[in-house]
Amino acid sequence: MVKEEKEIANRPDNTAFTQQRLPAWQPMLSAGIVIPGFVLIGLAFIGIGVALFVTSRSITVLEIDYTGVEKDSPCYKCSDADVKNCVCNLVFSIDSLFEGPVFFYYGLSNYFQNYRKYAASKDDDQLSGDLDAFTAPSDSCSPYDYNSNDKPIVPCGAIANSMFNDTFKLYRVVNGAKKLVPLDGKGIAWWTDYNVKYRNPSVTPLKNAFNNTVKPIFWPKPAYQLDASDPANNGFINQDFLVWMRRAALPDFRKLYRRITEGDYAKGLPAGNYSLTIAYNYPVLSFDGTKKVVFSNVSWMGGKNEFLGIAYLVVGSLCVLMSIVMLIVYAKFKFPEED
Amino acid sequence: MTGADTLLTCRTSSTAAHIGVGISGQEGMQAVLSSDYSFAQFRYLQRLLLVHGRWSYLRMCKFLQYFFYKNFTFTFVHFWYAFFCGFSAQTVYDEWFITLYNMVYTALPVLGMSLFDQDVNDRWSSQYPQLYTPGQLNLYFSKKMFVRCMLHSCYSSLILFFIPWAAMQDTVRDDGKDIADYQSFALLAQTCLLIVMSVQLCLDTFYWTAVNQFFVWGSLAAYFAITLTMYSNGMFLIFTSYFPFIGTARNSLTQPNVWLTIFLTSLLCILPVVAFRFIVLQLRPTINDKVRHKLRKEALPAPAPRRPPTRRISTRRSGYAFSHAQGYGDLVTSRRFLLKRPLRSRPALFSQTDSPLAQNQPQHYRTIAEEQEDAQSP
Repeated sequence: MVKEEKEIANRPDNTAFTQQRLPAWQPMLSAGIVIPGFVLIGLAFIGIGVALFVTSRSITVLEIDYTGVEKDSPCYKCSDADVKNCVCNLVFSIDSLFEGPVFFYYGLSNYFQNYRKYAASKDDDQLSGDLDAFTAPSDSCSPYDYNSNDKPIVPCGAIANSMFNDTFKLYRVVNGAKKLVPLDGKGIAWWTDYNVKYRNPSVTPLKNAFNNTVKPIFWPKPAYQLDASDPANNGFINQDFLVWMRRAALPDFRKLYRRITEGDYAKGLPAGNYSLTIAYNYPVLSFDGTKKVVFSNVSWMGGKNEFLGIAYLVVGSLCVLMSIVMLIVYAKFKFPEED
Repeated sequence: MTGADTLLTCRTSSTAAHIGVGISGQEGMQAVLSSDYSFAQFRYLQRLLLVHGRWSYLRMCKFLQYFFYKNFTFTFVHFWYAFFCGFSAQTVYDEWFITLYNMVYTALPVLGMSLFDQDVNDRWSSQYPQLYTPGQLNLYFSKKMFVRCMLHSCYSSLILFFIPWAAMQDTVRDDGKDIADYQSFALLAQTCLLIVMSVQLCLDTFYWTAVNQFFVWGSLAAYFAITLTMYSNGMFLIFTSYFPFIGTARNSLTQPNVWLTIFLTSLLCILPVVAFRFIVLQLRPTINDKVRHKLRKEALPAPAPRRPPTRRISTRRSGYAFSHAQGYGDLVTSRRFLLKRPLRSRPALFSQTDSPLAQNQPQHYRTIAEEQEDAQSP
């Protein structure tokens, strides 16, 4: 019969998918799951919080500001913008053994490495060793792509140009005599930065790759002469350069300068008096920035950050409190069964 | 509506009513062609409204609420970051993440919720027509709900920015190297965001089918897969300037403090929502909640009794309207279409006195298919 076939042809599919009868779980927030869940999460958080807090407490940090704003600061004489090649001396003492390995950071504040135009101001092709980009830097580097004589700047851009150039020497004062503390600058940047992201052009000697280019305006020496003592630490894979190029997320940041792990200081910095000689080159006072040095040791959770421990403790306690509140609400206003 | 005289009504339905419904029938297909929905028998209107209409309203409102929430949160985080990046409009997240967020990472889960979500199944929907009232009262998405959604987004964005911000202050990796750099921070913030959005979607979904769970967890897995690929050596070596985040995942996602931050952020965004919903459920359960609660305990209500499949013996199908003809008024007023012969195993028929709807009885249907046979009997 024609009409039967016509009906069957028009009939919609009767599968679970098309008729919206798919097998499903229909969870509902029931007291049996929510309240014990909150208690468990609360207790777990309190446990983690205690571990984090205790670990953070065990990390030692020593911060010394050396911007030189106050008149009685040792670096006050260097803070004047007209003074060049100034050297200042910070004296400090440590009461008890500063457990090693000790990491030596420099810190800057009010410094917006995350400013959008600053962050975009580099040429990734140049930095991965592409010689074509040496002759024609990308215009994202502008105005630090060509100098006033129209010669290409290598490495171009504001990030490279603003590289931190204070240097530090740490001495331990023993019986009036200064003993140099060896600082280790190897492997302070990420492995992937050193081995993959930044590559020197494959020209030997490296100096030849930089023919017909100029160094960034604020740099004292060109890229191929960044480290006279270690030939593997020159060009774009210089560790200090890599650490600087890894721009910070927030305006107050620290960057790793050196490690103190060798010789007598393998166990850490013993108690005593120390003297830090700083070659003060980097100007920060024009934008109200500050500079500091930080000595710190690390643990499984990284550097000293009390926030995580405290946050976990607070949230854990709130969870337990909420579970008690919910229990009271549930007991008093039990879900009415009748509709 | 049937017939060509309702053609105009259907066409103007968008101004007055919400939808226009056409019944394909004896008076032709005109109404069907110009209506939003059409079906073959008048009794299907109940299912259209109480089941599909209700589900559609629920899904639409949930979709809107979730969509506004995920995009507002995403945007507000940038607003908070502006205070810390010199108001330079620097994005918190990786640019690839921003591109793929709405297109890939949160597209399918939302689609899954909008297609499959139900609060009660169709038989319970028909049994409790009061479930339809939230739609009539505009309860699920109104200006008030929009403002609530914005406030929720505001709270979530504060957590999603300031917890990573505080956790990354002056911290380093466990070997002393940098972890508070921009790229690690971006990765941390975007991972927190996506995990929170996925869990929030799961909380919003009432009906967890295998398909939409696959969409949700598959999208999260796709996020990790795509991110790890984009941050790998291979992609960097091929397209150097497009993938500057190389090495970030390897260097930061291996750190326990990063994962602890992600864990804290996600739970701090989700737990208040759970607590709030639980307390509201205890203090002010809606009709919806009560029926869903009952649904878990009891078996399905008896379905509407299935009448034997009827054959529409309709001979007068035509594309033309009969409005110029006499029409079926005589047939209706003569009540000849009411069934007079006894039913085999069926309960009462079209009794005009009490409405089964008011008594919450399952609606039993009648058909007028047998009118041709009844035409002989007076």
